[in-house]
Amino acid sequence: MKSSTRDVGNIRIIELAGKITIGSGDVKIRELIAQALEDGKTNILFDLGGVTAIDSSGIGEMVACYTTVTKRGGRLKLMHLSPKINDILQVTQLITVFDVFDDEREAVGSF
Amino acid sequence: MTVNSPLQANLILASRFENIEVAEHTLLDLCRRAGCAEEVEYPLVTALREAIANAVRHGNSQDPERLVRLEYRVHDGSITIRVEDEGEGFDPSAVPDPTEDANLLRPSGRGIFYMRRFMRRVEFGRTPGGGTAVVMERDLKSSFSDHG
Repeated sequence: MKSSTRDVGNIRIIELAGKITIGSGDVKIRELIAQALEDGKTNILFDLGGVTAIDSSGIGEMVACYTTVTKRGGRLKLMHLSPKINDILQVTQLITVFDVFDDEREAVGSF
Repeated sequence: MTVNSPLQANLILASRFENIEVAEHTLLDLCRRAGCAEEVEYPLVTALREAIANAVRHGNSQDPERLVRLEYRVHDGSITIRVEDEGEGFDPSAVPDPTEDANLLRPSGRGIFYMRRFMRRVEFGRTPGGGTAVVMERDLKSSFSDHG
């Protein structure tokens, strides 16, 4: 999995690409969230546009990140879901947990 | 190319997550030889990865000395995958439903849900040595949402 980060105001945008799967991508997103919080960024937007697959460990880590950020008084939101990732969030009912956006400007404005 | 005669492959892997990639490549090779619909590859790969991850993490406790055995069999337009570990076995009915409100924010417990979502048949049993054997089956032509 590849990642890059940028800040827009007080929002950390984390762009992810490739597989978020057990033993690699799942650990990486945990580290990215820890770094954001260490940098004082509690409003976080995951850009999943480049994600090709996410397994149950990847989904579980995203849920854990959501809980961690929320406990710190922040918010974790998602944007640019592919049909596959959207389907996973639908069937796991996690679509009811995460705020999801197609447009970055709209996503940034929602924080 | 479509192959009508049965195809079969067997793998024995050490309990390391990186070996999931080996199992995935073998599955994709079989799928392509069998003329599997491209949209079926993703759900098949996803279910396989979950089954092996469970075998490595929960069954074999990530002990590389313990093995994961896989059997793939393509027959009559379907694929059957059997994954065995060397653990102590478990009761799949004891795994809580991850879609219930009380479980939505649990970071684990979605692997079996994924497998059942993506495969037509998922059955759990015991190996002669007491480990878990999971058998999964799916048609090779049906689309992503057909098993939803």
